[in-house]
Amino acid sequence: MTLAKEYSNHSRRTLVVLMEDRPGVLSNVSNMFRRRNYNIESLTVGHSETSGISRMTVVVHASDTVLEQVVKQLYKLIHVTKVTDITDDAAVIRELALIRVHAISTSRAEIKQLVDIFRAQIIDVAHDSMTIEITGTEDKVDSLVEILRPFGIKELTRTGRVAMVRGGLSGGGRG
Amino acid sequence: MKMNGAQIIWECLVREGVDVVFGITGGKVIPLYHELPAYPIHHITMRHEQAAAHAADGYARATGKVGVCVATSGPGATNLVTGIANAQMDSSPIVAITGQVASGDLGTDAFQEVDITGITMPITKHNCLVTNVTELAQAIREAFHIARSGHPGAVLVDVTVDAQMGQCEFIYPETVNLPGYRPHTRGNLRQVAQAAEMINQAKRPVLMVGRGVIVAGAQDELVELAERAQIPVATTLLGKSAIPESHPLSLGMGGMHGEAYTNLAVQQADLIIGIGTRFDDRFTSAASTFAPQAKIIHIDIDPAEIAKRVRVDLPIVGDALNVLRELVPLVQNAQHTEWIGLIDGWRAEAREYSRHWEEGEALVPQYVVRQISELTEGDALMVSDVGQNQMWEAQYYIHNRFGGLISSGGLGTMGFALPASIGAQVGRPECVVWVVAGDGGLQMTIQELATIVQERLPVKIALLNNGYLGMVRQWQEFFYERNYCGTPIFGPDFAKVAEAYGMAGITVCDKAQVNEALEQAMQIDGPVLIDFRIEQEHNVFPMVPAGRPIDEMIRRPRQA
Repeated sequence: MTLAKEYSNHSRRTLVVLMEDRPGVLSNVSNMFRRRNYNIESLTVGHSETSGISRMTVVVHASDTVLEQVVKQLYKLIHVTKVTDITDDAAVIRELALIRVHAISTSRAEIKQLVDIFRAQIIDVAHDSMTIEITGTEDKVDSLVEILRPFGIKELTRTGRVAMVRGGLSGGGRG
Repeated sequence: MKMNGAQIIWECLVREGVDVVFGITGGKVIPLYHELPAYPIHHITMRHEQAAAHAADGYARATGKVGVCVATSGPGATNLVTGIANAQMDSSPIVAITGQVASGDLGTDAFQEVDITGITMPITKHNCLVTNVTELAQAIREAFHIARSGHPGAVLVDVTVDAQMGQCEFIYPETVNLPGYRPHTRGNLRQVAQAAEMINQAKRPVLMVGRGVIVAGAQDELVELAERAQIPVATTLLGKSAIPESHPLSLGMGGMHGEAYTNLAVQQADLIIGIGTRFDDRFTSAASTFAPQAKIIHIDIDPAEIAKRVRVDLPIVGDALNVLRELVPLVQNAQHTEWIGLIDGWRAEAREYSRHWEEGEALVPQYVVRQISELTEGDALMVSDVGQNQMWEAQYYIHNRFGGLISSGGLGTMGFALPASIGAQVGRPECVVWVVAGDGGLQMTIQELATIVQERLPVKIALLNNGYLGMVRQWQEFFYERNYCGTPIFGPDFAKVAEAYGMAGITVCDKAQVNEALEQAMQIDGPVLIDFRIEQEHNVFPMVPAGRPIDEMIRRPRQA
């Protein structure tokens, strides 16, 4: 996606968006980002603690003025109930990745060592590959991916960022 | 009481106060239409679904009520799209009801299946697909609530044919439960007090008024504010008719084709009070060049409009009527004699530029519009199309009727006026309704003459016929080396076309015939089309070139 407006002063912002779990609401949100030319880096969605309410974590590149519009435009969607910018809050931020890496008998031990250093897990082994699961910050996932790259990454999937404010100051409960 | 889905839809519409709908039937709304005769709702059969949406839009703008249009699935639904986008852009409350293939066939590319909720998602305030009759009443109730409240807009409800035929116990939902939808209607009182303080301090204030004031019905409060502190009032195109334009404080429309004195006032103001406007680019030009000396107060019901295009020093989110009622008592009496004197000087100078068309022999559109204005005493419900005709209407019709202009502002939809006039005349039968259109736009929806005749609507149509897509031709003349590519258009003998449809048609070629034709049109008890063969390469002045500050306009030539 391209960022057409205000390259200067833009930064990575993490928004937690709560919305009624109705048909079409996810595409409505992603459609709004597309049509208003906002630059999403990642978007994850799932159930929240309240039944009937979904929780989305969006990472968006935006300046302060664009971010203000993003938040307002999100609120303008009928089924969005709460939008919180948690970028500057103390938050737990995690991403999960599955990495299938080329592995033959001679490289398995080395890969296993690296996986242990990262406190990741090997969840599947085949005759020419291993599948690794890692949970952590995006930086940590990036590092493991880079370290494994020379072995030959055959397949990679990342969930994108999920986030929660620390200490019970849940993203959904603050203005 | 057990009802089928079709009955539930009509029952809900009646309870929403709907007594007229604009539509075209088709395969997937036959069950819906089958039940209609039992309800006190008049169905106006249009000739194209786009026109149905425009008619609903025109009805909504003329009455302040929600306009309703109906179409079948597939092409019926896609034909609504332009009309829906048009209503949404101009904050006009409409509800579109479309038929859809049976729920079991959804997603199979069935005959006349189209994903109309997907298609209209970015051009509606809200939409939904109803596949189960038990969800229908709630969906319709929410549709009307969302369309008319807050920042009004277009809502589409897509109903599968099996949901129309299925039966369930009808319970009218008295309330809506939309936790994510809570329009802010009352302005923050601290901000209102601050606004009053800024107005009291201002030396060169200008009110900039948009359609929000008309939607809110805040005409009296607006005039009271303007008079109390002697603040001149500029309007956007859609804000025209928020204040009587013969009022001495009315500056008329500003922006790209605004009068020089209006734009000069805005650019030299030290305070702009924007009410119910989104600071659209047709008014402000490049946002960075807009009102450079002014602090800006922005009053709007939609928080997302605040600081969207221009910087705002003081935002107030709320309904224009509520906010003005709080604001007016806090504003001190003021005179601003010097400021108003300066503006009136510019205004007097502008008159010099209009001599040539007033005194000249040529049949020019300015003269036609001004004569309509005088004949109707500024009290007609005017419906203008898009392009040069729209700007001439806006510049030369002196609107004294509150809400007396209906026009496609945001989307700029050619072909809007004729079908919108149907909705306007149906909604306001007591009003004299005039259409001002060009030959390009009129030919885009000319089939609706049939609807006008069928419904016996006494709409008067002033066709400003110059044989060009004139606004684009004007741009080609000014900025594209007179390369008239794609703009010359052949048109039929419009008076004969009108007669063929069963209405009166008059052709006017001379300036001397204008008044007689207009008076004749007013005397005819029914629809009339007057084909004014105006100067072909006549331009709209003043004009602000794209991206320039609005006080750097190309003025009218002093001689013809």
